[in-house]
Amino acid sequence: MTTLFGSGIKRREDPRLITGSATYTDDVKLPGLVYAMFVRSPYAHARLKSVDTKAARNAPGVVAIYTGKDLADRLVPVPCAWNVPGCDLKVPPHPLLAVDKVRYVGDAVAMVVAETRAQARDAVDLIEADYDPLPATADPEKAAAQGAAQLHTEVPGNIAFTWTVSGGDAEAAFKSADVKVAERIVQQRLLPTAIEPRAAVASYNKGSGQLTLWATSQNPHIHRFLCSVMLKLPEHRVRVIAPEVGGGFGSKIPAYADEALTAFASIDLGRPVKWTEDRSENYKVTIHGRDHIEYVEMCGTKDGRITGLRTKVYAGLGAYASTAAPGIPTILHGLVYSGAYTIPNIHGVINGVYTNGAPVDAYRGAGRPEAAYLVERLVDIYARKIGMDPVEVRRKNFIPKDKFPYTVATGLIYDSGNYEAALDKAVGILDYKAFRAEQAKARKEGRYLGVGVVSYIEICGLGPSQVAGAVGFGGGLYDSALVRVYPTGVVKVYIGASPHGQGEETTFAQIVADEFGYPIENVEIIHGDTDNTPQGWGTYGSRSTAVCGSAVKVAAIKVREKAKKLAAHLLEANEADLEWKDGKFQVRGTPSKAKTFAEVALMANVAWNMPPGLEPGLEASAFFDPSNFVYPFGTHICTVEVDADTGAVKILRYICVDDCGPPINPMIVDGQIHGGVIQGLGEGLQEIAVYDEEAQLLTGTMMDYAVPKASQMPKLEVAHTVTPSPVNPLGIKGCGEAGTIASAACLVNAVVDALQPFGITHIDKPLTAARVWAAIQKAKGGKS
Amino acid sequence: MKRSVTLQINGNRHLVEVEPRALLVHVLRDELNLTGTHVGCDTSQCGACTVHLDGRAVKSCTVLAVQAEGSSITTIEGMASGDGQHHPLQTAFWEKHGLQCGFCTPGMIMTAADFLSRHPDPTEAEIRDAIEGNLCRCTGYQNIVAAIQAAAATMRAGKTGAAV
Repeated sequence: MTTLFGSGIKRREDPRLITGSATYTDDVKLPGLVYAMFVRSPYAHARLKSVDTKAARNAPGVVAIYTGKDLADRLVPVPCAWNVPGCDLKVPPHPLLAVDKVRYVGDAVAMVVAETRAQARDAVDLIEADYDPLPATADPEKAAAQGAAQLHTEVPGNIAFTWTVSGGDAEAAFKSADVKVAERIVQQRLLPTAIEPRAAVASYNKGSGQLTLWATSQNPHIHRFLCSVMLKLPEHRVRVIAPEVGGGFGSKIPAYADEALTAFASIDLGRPVKWTEDRSENYKVTIHGRDHIEYVEMCGTKDGRITGLRTKVYAGLGAYASTAAPGIPTILHGLVYSGAYTIPNIHGVINGVYTNGAPVDAYRGAGRPEAAYLVERLVDIYARKIGMDPVEVRRKNFIPKDKFPYTVATGLIYDSGNYEAALDKAVGILDYKAFRAEQAKARKEGRYLGVGVVSYIEICGLGPSQVAGAVGFGGGLYDSALVRVYPTGVVKVYIGASPHGQGEETTFAQIVADEFGYPIENVEIIHGDTDNTPQGWGTYGSRSTAVCGSAVKVAAIKVREKAKKLAAHLLEANEADLEWKDGKFQVRGTPSKAKTFAEVALMANVAWNMPPGLEPGLEASAFFDPSNFVYPFGTHICTVEVDADTGAVKILRYICVDDCGPPINPMIVDGQIHGGVIQGLGEGLQEIAVYDEEAQLLTGTMMDYAVPKASQMPKLEVAHTVTPSPVNPLGIKGCGEAGTIASAACLVNAVVDALQPFGITHIDKPLTAARVWAAIQKAKGGKS
Repeated sequence: MKRSVTLQINGNRHLVEVEPRALLVHVLRDELNLTGTHVGCDTSQCGACTVHLDGRAVKSCTVLAVQAEGSSITTIEGMASGDGQHHPLQTAFWEKHGLQCGFCTPGMIMTAADFLSRHPDPTEAEIRDAIEGNLCRCTGYQNIVAAIQAAAATMRAGKTGAAV
């Protein structure tokens, strides 16, 4: 019998999405709905002297206005949920509305609720907030320097934490090394830019005391808990529903003040309240990504053996510690400094710094792209220094395929891998040797071709709950599924994960249908509503399929095992004599004595004839907690041509070979890789969130922030190797972030390779024409 | 002061009372419950709000509802035929995995439909140029381009009566 696992079937989500009949949060309408809007600080750092709401209170349609002072005792500050141990983490209070100080442009000082959106906006304009500006900076290195403006009295020097990762003896390695290279690398702030901005609709029933909150969430169960904390409501009185969610990329993981305030207004007013972020608000206040300034070094032998890696990082956290922020530049960054290599000596010091920028938190890849970028840049710089081909340096330092599970210097145990196979495949697709020859020929003609290679690993499938606890993550990292079979045999599966574009309504149904010998139409996947799904931890960290998908598989097996017991009873056979064949329980050797899964399901549900000891009904739940992270890997290769007169970069080819284990649905896996790679190429080529010297956001709209357009991006060549993971029953790894982790570094490596004749070793991304041109001018000895 | 506006939307006549400053997209979504048209920015960059106004793709966040008086408007809800048959672009987006979160999809389909009506046999580069006013953050555009190419082929075959 053919299986659905491995089949690139069309997505079941799509019919509603292509016809305009899907329901996103802002589409939710309720009787008596009123609209919330926020008054936000135009200053990056200022004392808030007063907020005058008098004129606004009398404006047409205004229902209520709240300021920070009104709420101070009624709500709990926005919590930070990743208490990374051993780094003296300081988390200052983050009031939902600013009370006496604002700390970044967009910090909210008042909330207006009015009968219509337009009336709410009019009223916002009538509120007069009086500020006394203070010195400000959004630069983490400057904010950490002596004499910098102090954001929080609780955090001297603006240092939120200093976290160290260490393995082997990096000091000794560098002291004795033949070859050392060093670089200062800036990993710019990025704006996640889910095309759907955030939104919330809150409805509080005064009679039942029940709050329902529709919200743009990647993890509704986490939001239920954190909202219950902020609102001081018992957790079972809060129901969070993530309906259709229009992309997240990490930006819809955190708990924000805005959603909680929308809920608060509904509780206070006894009316449903809606808040919808506009794009400029999204760019100001929804979390940003990356923002590292890094001093990095690598050492090794003259013949290409890497012996050590050191970093000193200033990681900007923005004005407050967002939900997962402390864990991103530490646990999810420093621990992967070994990359795909056997680097024996590693030492990293990460300073988390509060600045007058928007809070920084998990953005696609979250800490791991920053690590892959610095490691892969250093490998290239080191290879140039010793005059060895960067492909050969990578090959020489790979963890060999027969050494897994492999413990790297930072202590992680990589589950599985075959790095050289992916590299060989990618090199073969390009014909690397031929490209080098073409490059040499082009250089003679004054044309600058380059090739960039990146061999990455990532930790994903987050992750064992015990590890989550050990690293201070404020929750578990198992996930869950409840498989329920109806009397007619059709199946609903309720899952703890919360997909928002990843296609799990399709892939998880493929898993279940295979277990029951069903066509996919018989299986429905339900997610996003905390009132009907089991406790789960959400969709991020490329974890849903590896962790929640495994829970789905385990729950489905439990259901089938129960069905088998009942089938044996109905067939008057021993359970041991039954086999599952052609979608039926059959008595071995007697195919006529058989029961389909649907027949058994009917009897289980009506329970007219159950064997002793077997309960009626046919459903099972599973909570799957993996034994380790999974470690996808791969090699990407990018070729470019740089116009030395203008600095313009043209991508010629982009080849990705990714290993995410066996794909459930290859079409969906490739789609994830496409999106991830282009997001990383945006980071490499053009995206940058710019704050000026006074920490004003200059890229506050889509006119100023360069989200990649179709015409700017290449067609990708996607291939795979398949190395199953031993840590889950599906053998799968995760593919949501892989593309992003590799591609920014791959592009920069290619451009720097093209510019070898100028002696350029590094240019900070994004590689806009202006930056590349300036680097060329500087290298030529002119002014940049 | 509200104004009365008559709009012909997806073949149906609607009389709505709107503020003069009301944007077409807000009237479609909030007054007429046509929530398939989305809002992703406030500066006419993202294209999620694209609809057809008298046969041409426009960003409905950049049109006042009063400007559309008497116009014929098609939204994503009106793209399938009366008997529910998907438009070739809807079919192609589904078959080619041209969407992930789906938020940009209605606008993307509306832009592509207008484009294909004027360029029935476009190159890949022409398609990429044509949709540069529509942003997608999920797909990397590759399968969107493939979907538009596939739909173009279907629509050409449909016109000439050739087998698809």
